[in-house]
Parts: sequence; structure tokens; C-alpha cells
Amino acid sequence: MSTQTLTSRTTERSTGTPPVPTTPSRPRAPRAWASKTAVNAVLIMLALYTLMPISWLLIAATKNRRDLFATGGFSFGEFNLLSNIHEVFTHNDGIYGRWLLNTVIYAVVGSAISSLISVAAGYAFDKYAFAGKEKLFGVVLAGVLVPGAVLTLPMYLLASKAGLTNTYWALLIPSLVNPFGVYLARVFSEGYVPYEVIEAARVDGAGEIRTFRKIALPMLAPGFMTLFLFSFTASWNNFYGALVMLNDKNLYPVNLGLHMWNISTTESPEMYSLAITGSLIAVIPLVIAFLCLQRFWRSGLTAGAVK
Amino acid sequence: MVAPVVYAGWMSVFRERSSGLGFGGVERTFAGLANYSAVLADPEFRTSFLHVATYCVLYIPVMIGGALGLALLVDSAHARAKRFFQLAFFLPHAVPGLIAAIIWIYLYTPGLSPVIEWIDGAGGSWNFFSPANSLSSMVNIAVWQWIGYNMVIFFAALQAVPREVIEAATVDGAGAWRIAVGIKVPIIRSSVVMTVLFTCVGAIQLFTEPRLLSDKAQALGNDWSPTMYIVSKAFIDQDYAGAAAASLLLALVAGALSFVVTRIGKRWQES
Repeated sequence: MSTQTLTSRTTERSTGTPPVPTTPSRPRAPRAWASKTAVNAVLIMLALYTLMPISWLLIAATKNRRDLFATGGFSFGEFNLLSNIHEVFTHNDGIYGRWLLNTVIYAVVGSAISSLISVAAGYAFDKYAFAGKEKLFGVVLAGVLVPGAVLTLPMYLLASKAGLTNTYWALLIPSLVNPFGVYLARVFSEGYVPYEVIEAARVDGAGEIRTFRKIALPMLAPGFMTLFLFSFTASWNNFYGALVMLNDKNLYPVNLGLHMWNISTTESPEMYSLAITGSLIAVIPLVIAFLCLQRFWRSGLTAGAVK
Repeated sequence: MVAPVVYAGWMSVFRERSSGLGFGGVERTFAGLANYSAVLADPEFRTSFLHVATYCVLYIPVMIGGALGLALLVDSAHARAKRFFQLAFFLPHAVPGLIAAIIWIYLYTPGLSPVIEWIDGAGGSWNFFSPANSLSSMVNIAVWQWIGYNMVIFFAALQAVPREVIEAATVDGAGAWRIAVGIKVPIIRSSVVMTVLFTCVGAIQLFTEPRLLSDKAQALGNDWSPTMYIVSKAFIDQDYAGAAAASLLLALVAGALSFVVTRIGKRWQES
């Protein structure tokens, strides 16, 4: 349908003849041209606005300390990107590499396990009947209503009682349970896994766990990916939780480490180039991942919007 | 297979119970309520909500209006390179909130910032960290991060507008502007309202941007937003019980807000 509309529109525009012959055709063409220019000019201006900070970061990361302040923001100084990167990874015995590794643990491992738990729970809510199921699901829905960040401090108090603050668990455990993920996984399970398939597997003698692992899980793979992306982004953005839970620099995720470098710029301005290059290195994999995984976040966004 | 469900269910109950009873109640059985009234009586706590409200008054029209305008422009027949623009607008969302705040703070810092160079070059002057300007500096960071995200949502909704309706309006002689305002916006108004409500739920948890800005713009203080208030209560005043009470009050407000959101969403789905 949309292609049809598109062609009818283009023909109308390309011929330049308006549908009603009494209207003179000449004034209309320049007006269309003018509004086309105006529309695209506005879009280009806004694209410059959204792209400017990242491009500035890219240029600033190539400068040494002196050029950072001495040259204009968008003009290049001496090319020092490699030595900046070298400095980021060697400063303080290479703690930045450690932060990157920690981030991988928190964000990748944490999100993978959390998505798996959500998918399993959602699948169970959808396909099994058990006592108090809807009540339990009501509890999950109540969990969806209260945003996680709001409960960070109670979680900290609980963790400090259990002696878990300042450990990997302090950030991992809260991220494992995701009520919204369970809710979404139930919807996915309803949509992707037909009962007949489960029945067939049972008749063939597969156990419940095997049915889930070999049959349902592969069918739920796109849902898993969407959940993983949601949870990954949340974990990456979880500055508040990390700030509250962690004290030990060796356990910091990269964003908390960058925050520390950023704070120290007030006393030692040479930290600026570390903070800038460190930010760039942290952002690049994410930007690439977003470009590659477009399909998934698009479907995730619309799923969230329709809900 | 029941185990993870029970675990998830148990955790979500456990989380709420432990925070309420575990810390308001167990340690000091009846001091629980006193903490709540103390927090509620604290003017700093109440102003932190007021701050978020003023933030929303500035932020929501700019961000939602901008996103809607962009979506309509990209949807219009005049736009070229639609995929490129969608990507360019969405890209900031791939940048983690903290790094976005750091980049913008550097773009606000005299000496580092090309933006200040441009303003000076044009003969103006602007201090992004002054008490009067810090709110708009904060709003700008948030707009940058979220405008493309919401634009993609609106654009998806606009794609679902039946093309016959627009064709009919065109034949009737309506211009692009009238079609946008009179037809497209009313059709997608439910996604606009939902986005506004979700933005409010997000704003109540505002932390990263004011926290980072407050290092440079001292006027913002330690407890500008409710979450900042909770952190400073816990880690500067060492008042854990008070911080827990404030957290639960915030959770209550946030929960009520999201309840309203889902309610409205459901009603729309049914009608």
C-alpha cells in the first residue's frame, strides 16, 4: 500500500501538474521546492545538533593536553590519539582495562542471566498452571510499576546487612530480577510458542526442562534478544546503583571510573584528556552495537510503545 | 521450572517487604512512622519534588514537541534520506547517560567548549553553570538523549496512519501543514500522551544529570532531585532510616504515577 502511495505522490510531483486544471501550475512548483529545502534544512540542523557532541569527542580525543585548550573545539591540533589511548590504558596500572572488564561482567553476563531468568519465568507463567499463579503474576506487575532506581537505596541497606556491598554481587543480584522482563517474556511466550509444540514434545517423551531448553528457548530467541538489549542498556546506564553500592575502585564499571576521572579534573586539568579519550573508548562499542542491532531495538521500541 | 518464577515472585515481594519492614520496622519497631513524618516535614525533600516539576515544565514541551515536530518532518513527503536522519537522531541514545552528561559538561566548560567559542564569536556570552542557566543546561542534556528515541516512537505511529485518509485530505485541498496538525497529530495522540507520562516517570528518578552538573553549578546543591536527596541523606547525614523512608515515599509516588500510566494505556487499548 505504501509503495502505491509513494508512486502516486512522485508522479504527481514529477509531472508538476496539479490535479485541478484550473489552478495555475507555475507558482506551485517553486513553493514545493522551497518547502522541501526548508524541511531538509531543519532536519540537517537537528542532525548537526545530535551528532555534534560525539564528533567533538572524537576530535578532542586526538589532541594532547595543551592543544585541548589552545586550539578551537573543531580544529585539529597535533595528532595524539594513539598516545592518549595508551595513556588511558596505562594510567594507574591499567585500571581502565579492569573497569572495561567489570562492565562486561555487569552488563553482558548480568543481562544474559537476567534475560534467561525472565524468559524462563515468563514461559512458566504462560504455559503452566499452578496455585496462586495470577496472584504471583500480580506481584510481578506491581514490581513493574515501581522503577528499579527508586529502590536502589533499600537494596543497598539490604546488601550491607548481608555483607554484599563492595562486591560484584552488589550490582549483579539486583539486576538479575527484572519484573518488566518477566511480563514481556510472558507476552512473547504467548505469541511465539504454541501449545501444540509443547504437547508434541511431551508425547515424544521429552522432559519439561528438555522441552524448554530444546524447543521453547530457540523459539523465544528474538524475545530473549530484545530483553537482553533492554537489560544491557539499563545496566550500562546504572550510574546511581554503582555509585551507591561500590567503594572499591577495582570493582567499578567503566561509567563510575569515568565519573571519578571527571571529578578529579577540577584539581588536575591534565585528567581532561584521560576522561575524554576514556569516554570515547567506552562509547564506540555501544554505537557499533546499536547500529548492528537496529532490527532488535526497533521491534523492542514498538513493543514497548504498543503495550 | 517453577523455581525461577517463585524466585522472581519471591524477590519482588522480598524487595518491597525488606525495605519497608526490614528497615523502617525491624530495627526500631515504631520509629518507622516517625521517620516518614520527619522526611515529609523536611522542606528539602519537598522542594526536590518541586525541582523535578519545574524541570518537567521546561523539558516536556521542548523534548516532546521537538520529537513530534521531527517525526512529522521526517514523515512528510519532502524529507530526503529518512533512514539517515532517523539514525542520526537516535544515535545519542546509544551513549550512556553518564557519558552524555560528561560530554555536555565539557561542552559547557569555557576553554574546552566549541559552543562557547561560537557564542563568543557571535558576540554573545553565556555561562552554562550560572544559577539562572543551570536548569536549561540540564534540560538540554536530557533533550539531546531522548529526542531521537521518542521521535522513533512517533514516527512508527505515524507510519501506521492510514494513507487513504491523507490522500483524501490532499484531494480535498488540505496542505501539508493542515494535514499534519489536523489529521496526523490527533491520530497518534495516544502515543504522545503515553510518552509524556513515561517521561514523567523517568523524571522522578532524575539523578545522573543534576548530580554531575552540581559539581560545576554549585547552586544546584546536594539534594536537587529526590534521588539526590536520598543519597545525601544516607551518605552525608548517615541517616539510613530516613533515607529508607524517603525511598519508599518516592517509590510510592513513582508507583502511583506508573499505575496511572498503565491505566490510561489500557483504557486506550480497549476503546
